[in-house]
Order: sequence, then structure tokens, then C-alpha cells
Amino acid sequence: MDLLDKFDYILESRESMPFQKADPLTVVMDEVLSETEAVIQGRRTILAGTNNYMGLTFNGEAIDAAKKALDDFGTGTTGSRVLNGTYGSHKALEAEIARFYGTEHCMVFSTGYQANLGLISTLCAKDDYLIIDADSHASIYDGSSMGNANVIRFKHNDVDNLERRLKRIPEGAGKLVVIEGIYSMLGDQAPIKEMLEVCKQYGAMTLVDEAHSMGFCGEKGRGVAEMFGVEHLCDFIVGTFSKSVGTVGGFAVSNHPKFETLRIACRPYMFTASLPPSVVASALVNIQTIARSGNRAQHLWENSRRLHAGLKDAGFTMATDTAESPIIAVLLPDLEAATRFWETLFLNGVYVNLSAPPATPAGYFLMRTSLSAQHSTAQIDQIIDAFVKTASDIGLSLTP
Amino acid sequence: MTSEATLAKICDLIEPINKKGVPLTADTTFAADLELDSLTVMGLVADIEDEFDILLPINLLPELETIGQVADAVDRIVADKN
Repeated sequence: MDLLDKFDYILESRESMPFQKADPLTVVMDEVLSETEAVIQGRRTILAGTNNYMGLTFNGEAIDAAKKALDDFGTGTTGSRVLNGTYGSHKALEAEIARFYGTEHCMVFSTGYQANLGLISTLCAKDDYLIIDADSHASIYDGSSMGNANVIRFKHNDVDNLERRLKRIPEGAGKLVVIEGIYSMLGDQAPIKEMLEVCKQYGAMTLVDEAHSMGFCGEKGRGVAEMFGVEHLCDFIVGTFSKSVGTVGGFAVSNHPKFETLRIACRPYMFTASLPPSVVASALVNIQTIARSGNRAQHLWENSRRLHAGLKDAGFTMATDTAESPIIAVLLPDLEAATRFWETLFLNGVYVNLSAPPATPAGYFLMRTSLSAQHSTAQIDQIIDAFVKTASDIGLSLTP
Repeated sequence: MTSEATLAKICDLIEPINKKGVPLTADTTFAADLELDSLTVMGLVADIEDEFDILLPINLLPELETIGQVADAVDRIVADKN
């Protein structure tokens, strides 16, 4: 028995996709010209699917700080946060994030994935109840299967469906509800106020993942919970450095008096090397930049509304009625149309994400764009033009 | 409630998604016989939860391969609740 035979079906489904000149799983960025442009297969390409929301990957101050950290502290820590891997800069970064969120505590993880994995699997043990949205990110599902809790799913963004399940949990049991401020595939917002209120009515603890909303949602850029004034109903907020913060890493903040205990209980925090000092230095500078980036966030929202309106007016089927986030997704009828659309759009000079089941909800085939505050208005118009040209190239009918 | 009644109710919930028209018995399997995808299974779990007013944790699902096994699990959960 070859252990790898079990993946043959994935290979078969990949080989059935009619890609000819380009394949989304083998894209290589040969040159990255800026936050919004790269050279791929020798073509200058607009990047419209890189989650680089605040456009801080080339922030000069962050690059300088990272270079200095490399000179002063070397290329890596070679150790766990609980052994030799905590430097002064890790503590300074945690203090900065706690200040940014106005919380007592912050833990920095080596990736955003590990922040969810670690918190969820550690908080919920045997006999506890973990209640998650059906459209949760893989890191939330993986955290669920790593722990021993009873895992209950509710229908995506459905407050009544959540309440019916909360009602059935035995009294006195430990309960954690996990929601995301913005869902990464369709770019839709959670009805966060109603959801958190119902959680608290039934005495559940709450974890909100602001990975796709930090930086530009809320006056201070903390996320959807801030935007709707319900941060006081969040027991834990999780976030990432790999999107708006422009580097890599993750974090969790909380006011829980026993939060620091997690540092010596949470395995995905303890059993991996800490972030390199250069990454920590750039994350710190970029979070400070976000804190004073109201105009940058404003421009990102303008870009998002412009792209959404432009595609909608052109007759594309949109995943959301309005621009609820910088993730603007277009629905395509089937795999054949989706693969041809992606490839042709790519050859027309625009990179987006092709998203297909099982990564997408409801069996959708999506052209998923994620915009940056660094996109110019002219680039947004170029993206719209390329979408329209691509539809015409492949004979996709639009209904303006 | 007897297991027969539970089984019948679960079969009623499966009937609309039984695209292949497979005969539904206690031994019918979800993966090999009904060929349900994960999305359809998710909807079915929610329907069963609401029908019996219970919680069916998804971490139990890997062990439940047949309709009969689901009916037994539902009966057990209902009994534990009462």
C-alpha cells in the first residue's frame, strides 16, 4: 500500500482543469516591483489577490527597522518563546499590540494560523463546547480537531441558528464561540453585534478572528468588533501580521486575568521557534503606521467600492451586494468557466485568486480579488477593464 | 422513542438529498452508497440536530458511517439529555 495513493483523486481533479498557459498553483513571482505589481512569466502584472490590504510590504521605515534588527540580533532566534526565543523586541511588540487594542495582554505567535490553532485547541478541552461558523477558516477547523472538545457548527452568519445551538448546550459546560470579522472567501462581514450579544446571553466566551479586517475596519483599525462598538463582548481577539501588517506572524489579545497562563499551556506557541527579530521589528513599525493611517484606510475603502461598483455595473455576479471589505469576489458558473476566466485574466495582466470548493462555501467558483491601499484609482479601472475584456475573450455573458 | 422511529425520521431527512435513489436502510453508508459531499453532510447534520433538538458534535462524525450508526448515536444523545 503506497501511502500517497490516497491523494490520487486530488491529482485527477487537478489534471481535469483545462489550464493551458498558466496554472494558479504554479504561479511564481519572478520580480516584485511594488505592493501592487510583479513580473510573472515575463509579464508586468497587477496584483489584485495578495491580501496586502494596507500596502505596507515596502514601508521604508519598516524595512530600515528590519535591517537594523538583522545587524543587531542576527537572522533568527533558533528557539521557542519559552526557551531562548524571547528577545526584548518580542516583548515590545506584544506591548505595542496590547496598546493598539487597549487590552491588558498580548501573545505573539509565529503565524496567524498558529494563533488560531493554539488558542482554540488549548481553550477547549474534553466536555467543553466549541461552537464555530460553518464557513470558518482552515486554522479554526484544525484547532477544533486538535482539541478534544465537542465541536458544534452553526450556519454561516446565522444568528438564530447559533442561538438554537447555544440553547441546547448543557448548563454549566464551558463554551467558546469562534467567529471571523470578515470571511476570507466572499469578503462578507459577520453580523457581529447580534452574534456576540447572543453569545453573552448564553454565557459563552467569544473569540473573534480579525485577520481580514485589522488595519481598515474601525476608527483605530482594530477590526469589525471595533467598527460595531462590541469589543467589550470579545474575550479574545486573534489577528495576523501576514495581511495588513505586511510580514508574517500572528497574535492574540485579551483582558482575561489568567491569559498569561496560555504561554505555558499552548503547544503551538511553545513548540516552535519564535519570529526572527527582523520580522518582529517590521511588524512593530507597521502596526505603529496603521495606528496613524486613517487616510490610507479611507483610500482602501474607496478602491473597494469602486471595484465592486465597476464589476457590478459591468454585469458580473457579485458575492456580496455591496463592498463589505477589500475582498471583492465574482461568482462564476462552473469550474470550466472559472479556470478559463482565471487563466485569461492572468494573461491579460491581472493576478487574482481562483477559489473553488472545498475552500469556498456553497460550492462557489470565485474570482477573488483582494485590494490594497496602494492601488491607484487608475489601477482599479485597469482591473475592471481586464475583467470585462476577459469575459468577452472567453464568451462569458454579462448581464448589466 | 424507539430506534425504528429514529431511523425512519432520519431516512425522511435523507430522502431529499438521495440523488442516486439508493434504498435507505440501517446499513446504507453515507460515503460509499449515498456519495454525499461534505457540504451536503453538513446540512444533514444541522437538519438532524433541529429535528431531534440535540447537538451532534462534528468530532463524532468520522465514526458514523451508516444510517443505523447515526440513529444509534441520536438515540444515545437524546437519552443522555433526558
